[in-house]
Amino acid sequence: MSRIVIVDYSCGNIDSVQSAVNYHGQKSIITRDFEIIRNAEKIILPGQGSFKTGIKNLKKYGLFDLLKTKTLEDKVPILGICLGMQIFATYGFEEGKEYGLNLIPGKVDKLTTAELKLPHIGWNQIKKKREDALLQNIKDETDFYFVHSFSFICDDENDILTTTKYQNTFVSGVCRKNIFGLQFHPEKSLAPGLQIIKNFINI
Amino acid sequence: MLKIRIIPSLLFNGSNLVKGKKFNSWRTVGSVFQNIKLYSLRNVDELIFLDIKAYKNKTIDFNLIDDFADECFMPLTVGGGIRNIQDIEETLRRGADKVSINSAAFHNHKLIDNAVKYFGSQCIILSIDYKMDEKGNKRIFLNSEKKLSNIDLFEYIDKIDSSKPGEILLTSVDHDGMMEGYDIDTIKKINQFSNTPIIASGGAGSAEDIYAVIKEANVKAVAASSIFHFTEITPLNVKNYLSSKGIKVRKN
Repeated sequence: MSRIVIVDYSCGNIDSVQSAVNYHGQKSIITRDFEIIRNAEKIILPGQGSFKTGIKNLKKYGLFDLLKTKTLEDKVPILGICLGMQIFATYGFEEGKEYGLNLIPGKVDKLTTAELKLPHIGWNQIKKKREDALLQNIKDETDFYFVHSFSFICDDENDILTTTKYQNTFVSGVCRKNIFGLQFHPEKSLAPGLQIIKNFINI
Repeated sequence: MLKIRIIPSLLFNGSNLVKGKKFNSWRTVGSVFQNIKLYSLRNVDELIFLDIKAYKNKTIDFNLIDDFADECFMPLTVGGGIRNIQDIEETLRRGADKVSINSAAFHNHKLIDNAVKYFGSQCIILSIDYKMDEKGNKRIFLNSEKKLSNIDLFEYIDKIDSSKPGEILLTSVDHDGMMEGYDIDTIKKINQFSNTPIIASGGAGSAEDIYAVIKEANVKAVAASSIFHFTEITPLNVKNYLSSKGIKVRKN
């Protein structure tokens, strides 16, 4: 079984991502080593924190262009979680405009809320926009754990995998070919979350 | 739609889990691993683990956190003894999803500010304990020093809200462990006053108590401890009750 590479770019708790992968008996490695990531057959890009910091750290560790090559040219499956998903976008607006990896065209902007508070924190349900291997055995309207204040706005509606409603409906999952992104935390969403991790392992 | 979270909170005294009344007369209620395993099996929405001696003793048991965090496939908040950015970093690295900061934030208002800038507000919980003084005003209570400060609860939140913590864990010392219901009036006022999501804490004795604080104070999360330690009621029982009253809870 090939190893899953979990990219460590100094953005949040990634131990739990590894625990969820290990739970399925899948080997994984947490790393920012260029060579290991260059040889990866599957990548998870976790992350918490701001869009700007995420991109800055990827560049600092020399991983920005590598991740683009791996996913767009080598077509290696990648799963972005939370901030990891957001930085797939063309650009983001957290702490000022910043260009992202542009793996899935779109932008990341603050959730619009009226009386509801931010961050959007807690369990909320997903609405499937289409079926996908990543969502195998996941019932529509299953609850997952969210914690975020910004969300992905796709240029192409076909890239939207799931949506979720807080004050307004936002994109909670994206997918374009080998590129998968989830706004929620599967590694913290009990059995349904572990199922999604399993699905990604099996892709 | 966002679901209401029912969050068991576990208090650790350095060797066992304990629970008291009004932050006093502590009783041992079991071992850390037993409880965390049980709550994992019961698929709870989230867990809060607080080491109530760590701040005073100036030690955080990182190895313990490391060990039990692996059992948690749900969000885990860890608090107690956190004084600075390094403590937060290490706690998160050992597997906590969020850290809860209490005394250190009271003594150094910039800590929440810096922590949010460094880690993002999603993983920073500001924990506040308050108690009523003889005039009926609510003031900040410092558990680590066992004393009531002269700082007003509302003034404190007003000051610290702009630092944008991800959540506020709001505990009424007077209601803690009494199992006679939450301090709904204060929680409601704070929830309206603050821009930060509130986790109501202190006083749950029945599912009805939990329903009342959700309904009347409009909070999206409640923490509870005694009810799960000292009665047969489980988080699932509470959620079923809430559901029967039309409150949206996580079903899966």
